[in-house]
Amino acid sequence: MRNILVLMAHPKLEHSKVISGLMASINGLENVHITDLYECYPDFNIDVQHEQEMLFGADIIVWMHPLYWYSAPPLLQQWIDLVLEYNWAYGHKGIYLKGKYLFNAVSTGGSPEAYSAKGHHGYQLKEFLLPYKQTARLCNMNYLPPFQIAGTHNITSEKLNLQINDFKALIIHLRDSPNLSDLENLPFLNDFKQ
Amino acid sequence: MENGFLFQAIIYLSAAVVCVPLAKKIGMGSVLGYLLAGIIIGPYLFGFIGEEGEDIMHFAEFGVVMMLFLIGLELEPAKLWKMRQMITRVGLSQVLITTLVFFGILYFMGTGWRQSLAISTSLALSSTAITLQSLKEKDQMNSSAGRNSFAVLLMQDIAVIPILAVLPLIALAATSDVDIDHMSPIAQFPGWLQTLLVFGAVILVVVSGRYIIIPMLRLIAKTRLRELFVGGALLVVLGIAFLMELVGLSPALGTFLGGVILANSQFKHELESDLEPFKGLLLGLFFIAVGASINFGLIGENALMVFAATLSILLVKSLILFGIGKMNKISTDQNLIFAFGLSQVGEFAFVTFSFATELNILNSKTTEILMAVTALSMTFTPLLLLFNERLLLPYIGTKKKEEKPHDEMEESNKVILAGFSHYGSTVGRFLRANGINATILDSDSDRVNLLRKMGFEVYYGDVTRVDLLEMAGARDAKILISAIRNPETNYHLVTMVKKHFPNLELMVRAQDRMEAFELMELKVPHIYMQNLESAVRMGKDVLIKMGFRAHTVHRLAQDFIKYDEDSLVELAKVKNDKKAFISTVRKAIEMQENLLSFELNRRFSLNDHAWDSETIKEGEEETK
Repeated sequence: MRNILVLMAHPKLEHSKVISGLMASINGLENVHITDLYECYPDFNIDVQHEQEMLFGADIIVWMHPLYWYSAPPLLQQWIDLVLEYNWAYGHKGIYLKGKYLFNAVSTGGSPEAYSAKGHHGYQLKEFLLPYKQTARLCNMNYLPPFQIAGTHNITSEKLNLQINDFKALIIHLRDSPNLSDLENLPFLNDFKQ
Repeated sequence: MENGFLFQAIIYLSAAVVCVPLAKKIGMGSVLGYLLAGIIIGPYLFGFIGEEGEDIMHFAEFGVVMMLFLIGLELEPAKLWKMRQMITRVGLSQVLITTLVFFGILYFMGTGWRQSLAISTSLALSSTAITLQSLKEKDQMNSSAGRNSFAVLLMQDIAVIPILAVLPLIALAATSDVDIDHMSPIAQFPGWLQTLLVFGAVILVVVSGRYIIIPMLRLIAKTRLRELFVGGALLVVLGIAFLMELVGLSPALGTFLGGVILANSQFKHELESDLEPFKGLLLGLFFIAVGASINFGLIGENALMVFAATLSILLVKSLILFGIGKMNKISTDQNLIFAFGLSQVGEFAFVTFSFATELNILNSKTTEILMAVTALSMTFTPLLLLFNERLLLPYIGTKKKEEKPHDEMEESNKVILAGFSHYGSTVGRFLRANGINATILDSDSDRVNLLRKMGFEVYYGDVTRVDLLEMAGARDAKILISAIRNPETNYHLVTMVKKHFPNLELMVRAQDRMEAFELMELKVPHIYMQNLESAVRMGKDVLIKMGFRAHTVHRLAQDFIKYDEDSLVELAKVKNDKKAFISTVRKAIEMQENLLSFELNRRFSLNDHAWDSETIKEGEEETK
């Protein structure tokens, strides 16, 4: 059984349906730990040592956040700046994250089609997430494709619930499955089938 | 055996140790406890102490002397100047009107004008010790009752100068065969010279404060011998007291003056902390002695007269005070506290009565009865205040809770906020601005009335009382915030809540580290040091002005606050090893030292390497 660490960043969780739904679905699962970053560090004063200890104990790391301006909310960026220290996460002596899995679980207002070369935003989601992919690579981690809930402005609750259930199944699979190598080639983790 | 010093000391101390906690337990205040202790061990009940009670009283008057010195220290001349209007409007009118009324009554009852004048001036004075003590215990020092009482007491203190200066002049007119031996050393001089000497002594105290006492204290402080400084402090007080007795003035007044002079010096706090224990003990002794000296034999013979006199004095004084309060627009609640609090005859009366007897203005039997009346009136004051608090105020004053239609009361708030001073009001306003209405508890009736007008749900009374909290919905509330300033009240509140409302989550304001430690010992989970954030914010701005980048300073400040709160926990672990006898002020200084040396060893720099390329450059160099 793998340990999963979900780092959730939402500056106004009380107004969010999607992220709070995702959280609720996996809350309390065995070996799954959720860090609510905006609740823990409202003043952006991140406890670096504690966060590194949490990272060290995890096998799979999830950055869960809404996509704002093609990026994560600022606290997640702050977390990356502070926690992924030179010679700890990367650099010559930075070996502590080696071999762990990492992916982004994001909600986007735009529809799946909007995130394409011909769509409203002009590029695919994974292109916008390139900095995260490269961050993972620099830390010798395996970067998995993103999990996306799209079109959140007008999603029906049935559809949302289906996707939330998919997410829960995904997390359980990530936790329990002996082999995860086939996941890397999927376009989205949403496409994973048990 | 009975004359042995040890035996005496044991009797006094054990009486105090038994009676004071008992009196406090039933809500009577420590003054009444001491008085009771005195009555119990006095010649008329158990007779453990006999006639020597009066000697003890003389000795214990030094408690009053020291108290006035300490009050003086607290009072900077600038503050006194700021209070001048209240002192004259409320204080002066109290002294003058009360004196006039008593003089009129006595004169028309056929007492000679000299006697009437001596007695009426003495009766006008109230007891500083009793009044201040009970105001402090009830947390009323900053309410309008507290401030006005203080102004009256100050004016009375000042009034003692002319009273004591005038008495010899009256005596001179009264009789020529005065027994010179028993009078103050200057009594053989003619009246005008005595008066001159009195004023000379006062001027001497003022001048020597600056040019003798402060240089002397500075010299002593340099030796760094603590006991010598205590000695020096005692010397100052005793010296002034002696000088005052020499010219026949009240030593209490002289030391008060000395205190005021020293209030602006750098030794203010040192003097305060060194004299505090002496004052407390001697003052306790003074009240015991007052209790013991009540002549129950005499009272028994003239029971009706003594009681009638005491009650009418209390009545007349409180009526006059109430009238003055009304004129100065003190609200009824506060006015009742004000009027009853000051209604007794004060300890100065013991001094003035005996002085007047020595001057042959009063005969000794009159004096004995007057002294009994004085002591009795002091004994009645705490009872009167208790009567006022429990029986009178609940009916005519500000109600503990507002009468509202029942349906409005049903939904009780989840948060209770005790104390709505500056601190508490900020917390309350912030909560209200965000839609959380706290139920407010406060002991200042003026504030309570104002808040009710503004639509707050406010309960009025002593916040440490179980029934008040019960009424305010403590059973169903979730959080109790204590924004109370007085550490003692806080302590009582916390222990009471822990006992009766264990469901309430306590969030408590702490005045300083010492209080924080006490709260930690009570296992209060959330303690808020009242000045921490504001002080660090100021420091931040200073660093920014010194050229630091604002965001770096912001992060340094966050670290510092966290460090400070952690170090509080650390210090709490070591502090119990220290001797329990060092005074609190001393402890605070010591702690400051500890903190400062911790900080020297710990360098405050941000120890993460965020946004810092230096370490990366160095690391890359190494690997090459």
